[in-house]
Amino acid sequence: MSPATVSDGARRFAPGAAALREQQAYVAGQAADARVNVELDTGDMTLNIGPQHPATHGTLRIACRLDGEQVIAAEPLMGYMHRGYEKLCEVRTYPQCTTLINRIDWLGSFANEVPFILAAEQLMGVEAPPRAQWIRTILFELSRIANVSLFLGDMGVQIGALTPVFFAFRDRERVLNQIEEVTGGRFHPNFDRIGGLKDDLPRGWIAETHAVMAKMRGFCDEMEDLLMGNEIFQTRCRGVGVIPKDVALSHGLSGANLRASGVDWDLRRDANPGLAWDQIDWRVWTHPDGDSFARYWVRMQETREATKIVDQLLDSIPSGPIMTKVPLIIKVPAGEAYVSTENPLGEMGYYVVSKGGLGPFRVKIRTPSFSNISIVPWVMRGTYVPDIITILGSLYFILGDIDR
Amino acid sequence: MSELTLTGALGLAYWAETSIKLGVALVVIPTAALMLGYLFLLKMMAFMQSRLGPQDVGPSGSLQLIADAIKFLQKEDIHPAAADRRVFRAAPVVVLASSFLLFVVLPTGPDAVVENLDTGVFYALAVSSLSVLGVLMAGWASASKYALLGGLRAAGQLIAYELPLILAVMGVVIQANSLNLQEIVRAQATGEIFGFGFVGNPFILTQFIGFLIFMISAQAELTQTPFDMPVAETELVGGFHVEYTGFRFLLFFMAEVATTFAFSALATVLFLGGWWIPGFDFDAPILNVLGPMVMLAKILLVAFVIFWIRFTYPRLREDQLQKFAWKVLIPLSLANIVVTGIFKVVL
Amino acid sequence: MADDTDDGTETPGDEARDALAAELAELLGDAVVETHVEAGQNLWLRIEIEHWRTAITALRDAGFVYFGFLSAIDWSDAPEGRYEDTEFDGAGVGEDEEETTSATASDTVRRGGGETRFQLLAHLHAPARHAAVLLKADVTDVDGAPASVPSIIDVFAGANWHEREAHEMFGIVFDGHPNLEHIYLPSEFEGHPLRKDFPLLARAVKPWPGVVDIEEIPPELEAQLEAEVMASFEASGAGA
Repeated sequence: MSPATVSDGARRFAPGAAALREQQAYVAGQAADARVNVELDTGDMTLNIGPQHPATHGTLRIACRLDGEQVIAAEPLMGYMHRGYEKLCEVRTYPQCTTLINRIDWLGSFANEVPFILAAEQLMGVEAPPRAQWIRTILFELSRIANVSLFLGDMGVQIGALTPVFFAFRDRERVLNQIEEVTGGRFHPNFDRIGGLKDDLPRGWIAETHAVMAKMRGFCDEMEDLLMGNEIFQTRCRGVGVIPKDVALSHGLSGANLRASGVDWDLRRDANPGLAWDQIDWRVWTHPDGDSFARYWVRMQETREATKIVDQLLDSIPSGPIMTKVPLIIKVPAGEAYVSTENPLGEMGYYVVSKGGLGPFRVKIRTPSFSNISIVPWVMRGTYVPDIITILGSLYFILGDIDR
Repeated sequence: MSELTLTGALGLAYWAETSIKLGVALVVIPTAALMLGYLFLLKMMAFMQSRLGPQDVGPSGSLQLIADAIKFLQKEDIHPAAADRRVFRAAPVVVLASSFLLFVVLPTGPDAVVENLDTGVFYALAVSSLSVLGVLMAGWASASKYALLGGLRAAGQLIAYELPLILAVMGVVIQANSLNLQEIVRAQATGEIFGFGFVGNPFILTQFIGFLIFMISAQAELTQTPFDMPVAETELVGGFHVEYTGFRFLLFFMAEVATTFAFSALATVLFLGGWWIPGFDFDAPILNVLGPMVMLAKILLVAFVIFWIRFTYPRLREDQLQKFAWKVLIPLSLANIVVTGIFKVVL
Repeated sequence: MADDTDDGTETPGDEARDALAAELAELLGDAVVETHVEAGQNLWLRIEIEHWRTAITALRDAGFVYFGFLSAIDWSDAPEGRYEDTEFDGAGVGEDEEETTSATASDTVRRGGGETRFQLLAHLHAPARHAAVLLKADVTDVDGAPASVPSIIDVFAGANWHEREAHEMFGIVFDGHPNLEHIYLPSEFEGHPLRKDFPLLARAVKPWPGVVDIEEIPPELEAQLEAEVMASFEASGAGA
C-alpha cells in the first residue's frame, strides 16, 4: 500500500530492479514499524472545553492537551464576553459607571459597586454617614451570601450531584428577596451612591433578615450533610488541585482561594476601607491544605461567618441620615485613588484616575476571577479531565469577572 | 417449567401465541413500565430536589411522557458532518433493543412469562451487556471527542462491572440450583430459613452481600450516579449521546429508564422473591394477575433506591471506580461465591 | 475619608505609611524617583523604568509577596474628547475647574508624578505586615509609542496575564514575556483600545443617550432642589 512499492513495469525489469525492490521493501518495513509505534503510542489529543460548556458558567474556553484523560497542558482562552468596561467607564459620569460595574460579578452585584463608590468618595473627600456605612456592609455581606451559597450547591453539580444546586437556588432566593426589598433589584441593585445610599431600609426588614440568616445557616448545615461530609465528594476533592501558599501569592489569588492555601489575608480586616467590619466581632477562616476541598470548606465557613456578621450589624445599626451632602452633579477633583474590598470572589479593586470633571479619566478594574483563573495552566497539569471541572468549580469564577 | 401455557389454556395456535408474546414483550410491558416508571421518576426526583415537577400535562402531569415524546419527535434530526451515519443511526436502537430484550425472560407470574428459558440468568446478563456496545457505537460514530471519551469510559466501566455483577448472581444460582429465573423464584418461594418458611426465602436474606454487589454493579451498568462517568453532564456534556438530537436522543433516554426498570426487575426476581406472594400456592392462577402487580411494586421500590442514590451522591472519577471494582467488589463477590458454595455442600 | 475608621484596624495609618515610604525609599535607593502618601489611603512609589524589575524583585524579597495587579495609564488626551461636544464636559463644570489638558500635568493630578505618556502601574501587598504599595514607572516614549519594558513574570507568575492585557490594551511590549499575545481581543485585532487615541466608534457614530442625565440644571431650580433634598435629609435623619 505504500507508494514506495508501486513501481512501473519498465522499472521492474530494468537492471538493478532487484536492488530497488530490496530498497523498497526496506522502506516499506520501516514505514510499517513506524506505524505500529504510532498505534502503540497513545498520542495527544486536544480537547476544547468551552466556550459553550456547562462547567464554564458562561463562555470561558479551556484548550487542553490530553494524553488519554490526563492533562498535559491547559490554557484558558477568554474574551468571549469582553465588554471593554474600562474604556466605557472613561466616557461616562461616575453615577453612570455603577451601572456597568454592577455587571462585572453578576451574582454579587452590590459588592461590586462599593469599592468604586469608595474610590470616588476618597477622591472627593466625602464620607458616607455611619448608617449608610452599616447598610452598605450589610448589603455587601448579603451579596456575599447570595453569591457563595450558589457556589456551595454548584460545586455539587461539578462533581455530579445534581440535588445540592437546587437547594442552593431555593435558599439563595431568600437572600435575593431581602436585597430586592431594599434596593428594588435582585441582581443589579445599582443602589450605592457617592456619599451614601439611594434609600433607607424598609420597615420590618431587619427582623425578616434575621430570619433569613438563620435559614442560611440551616442551608450551610444541609450542604455539609449532603455534600461536604460525603465520602465521594471528599475523594474527588481532597488532594486535588493543590495550590501551595507561595504559588497562590505570586499568582495574585485572592479571597477564599488564597485563604484555603493557608494565607491569613482578608481585606475586610486588613485594609478596611471604611465600612463597618471593624465594629463587630468576626473571624477570618483559613485552611492549610490548598486543595479543592479546602476551598469549599473555607467558603462554607465564610458563608456562616457572613450570616453572623449580618446579624450583628443588624442589631447594632446606628440611626441617622443615609446620605451626606453632595452636589447634585457629581464632580470629582483631580487625583488618583485605589480602593479594593474583599468581594465574594476575592480582591476587587478600582484604580480611579480623575482629571476633574464628571467622569473618570481612567478606571483600572482589578477583578478577582482574572487572577484566580490565571493559575489554571499551573494547577491543571497532570490532572484528569474530571478534575479540570472540579478544580475550575472550586476556584469559583464568574465569567463577567474575568472578561469585564 | 410450568405445564400450564397459554396454548394449553386457551387453545391458541403457536403463531398466535408467539405474536401475542412478541407484542407483550416489545410493546406492552416496556411501555407500561416506562410510563409508570417515568412519572414515578419525575415526581420523585422533583420531590427530592425540592422542585414542583410536572404539573400541567394531564392530572398531576401524568401525561408528561407523551408530551416529552412529542417534543422530541418535533425536533430536527441532526447528524454531525463527520459522523459515521449508519453506525450513528444504529446505536440508539442497539441500546434500546438490549434493554427491551431483557423483559423477555422476566417472570411476572406462574404463567405470565414471555419465554421461560432454562438459561434465563445467562440470557439476561448477556443481553444487558449489549447496551454498552450501542454506547460504544454512539461514542465512536459521533465523531466528537466528548462522545468518544464517554464511549471509552463506558467500555472501561463494562469490563470492570460486568464481572462483579455476574459473580454476585452466581451466588443466587448456586443457592437456587438453576439458571432458570422462574425456578429461582420457586426456590425462594419454597425455601425456608431456619425452618420458618411462611415468607419463603428471599435471597436478599442469605445473599445480602451478593445483593449489595449486584445493586452497586447495576448502578454502574446503568451509568447512574455515582458511576455516571460515561454521561457526566458537567464534564463530557452528556458523553456518548452529546451529538444526538430529537428522536434518537429520545431512544437513549427511553433506554435509560427502561434498563433501570429491567435491572430492578432482575434484582426483584433474583433477590426479593419475585412475583410470589406469601400464603398463595405457587401455581395458583390468580397469581398471573396479582403477580405482575407485586412485581411492579417491588420494581418501583428497587428503582426508587437506584434513583435515590443517583440524586444524592456525587460522581466518582474513572480511576477511582476501577480501583473500587477490582480491589473491593470482585474479591468480595468471589469470597461470596466461595462461602455460598461451602454452605451449599455442607448443608 | 477612611481616616477615622482606619484607627481601629491594623492597617497602617499616616505615620505608618510615611515610615513605610521612607523604608522603601531606602531599600530601593536610586530606583525611587518619588514617593507620595495620601493620608489614610495609599502609598505611591514612582520608580525608574530601568529598575522596574529589580525594584519589584527587591520589594518581593522585602515581604511584598502578594501580587495585586499590573496595568498602565495613557495620560494623553483623546483627540475626540469624550464624544460629547457640548453638554458632557461643560455641564456643571465651572470656569475655575477646567480640566487639566496638558501632558505635563501637575502633581495634584498625578499622584506620584510622571512625565511621559504611558505609565506602568502595579499593586503589591505584604500580607505579613498588612501593608500595600502602588508602584508606578514612566514608560519611555519612542516616537509616540512606548519603549519596551522588562517583564516581571519570573518575579510574579501572576503578572503573565496582566502583562498580556497591558500589551493588548496599550501596546506596551514586555521583554522576556514568552507569550505576548492578545488575551481578550481576536488575534487579528489592530490597535490598542485603551489608548486615548483609539476611538470608541460606537460612541462616535451614535449619540449617547446618557448625556440627558447630566443636563445642566438651571441655577434657580438647583437652589430649590437642593433645599428639598436637604429638608428630606433632616426629616429622615431624625426618624431613622
